[in-house]
Amino acid sequence: MPVEVRLPTLLRTHTDGTASVAVDGATVGEVFQALVTKYPGLGGQLVDESGALHKFVNVYCNDDDIRYLDQLDTKVADGDVLSILPAVAGG
Amino acid sequence: MTFATPTLRLSADQYRRIVAQCYDGLPDEACGLLAGPLDGLEPTGEVREIYPCRNADASARTYTVDPSDLLRSLRDAERNGHELIGVWHSHTHTDAYPSQTDVRTAPDPGWIYVLVSFKHPDPVFRAYRIRDGVIAEVAVDLAD
Repeated sequence: MPVEVRLPTLLRTHTDGTASVAVDGATVGEVFQALVTKYPGLGGQLVDESGALHKFVNVYCNDDDIRYLDQLDTKVADGDVLSILPAVAGG
Repeated sequence: MTFATPTLRLSADQYRRIVAQCYDGLPDEACGLLAGPLDGLEPTGEVREIYPCRNADASARTYTVDPSDLLRSLRDAERNGHELIGVWHSHTHTDAYPSQTDVRTAPDPGWIYVLVSFKHPDPVFRAYRIRDGVIAEVAVDLAD
């Protein structure tokens, strides 16, 4: 089930500049694993040491923030769009 | 300046809307996102659209762009063939210069970080890039 993953400019240095990648997976976590297999430089950028979504990363499945769904266990379907964005914050 | 920076180019109307939104946010910090074209992975500096966002922290000391406003801004930028290229926020009592927190949390070395300061009677508007903890000022060019 290909899912489209849209990457922020920050992470495109790890994907040879590619902004959008189609990968397979039944959950967000599986999609991320496939993404890291394809682009190993993304390892550690999306998921922290404990295996949870990185604190400074926002992930939206279509228009829903996956923190309010099932996080990395959120199910995805063919044609879904996962958008990854850095949290934008400061002081 | 320790690395090449583009010139931030925005319209006088965009400039006024950013400053006005920062005034409206007082006493809290205000924030919003800039969209425009890229050259490779680097913004050209041209601002095509601005997106005022809510400060999810509702704080005079920190800001976090509301995640739903972040998505709304991204989707609109994508629809128009643009990219998010930077963020503005206000400093209510300190200079228009990135704080230590700003440097630590700067999400993207390619982005342009705009600061609007209300430390003095007239607002001060400055732009920077932040890369590997190094701050470089970005020239600002206003067009009508």
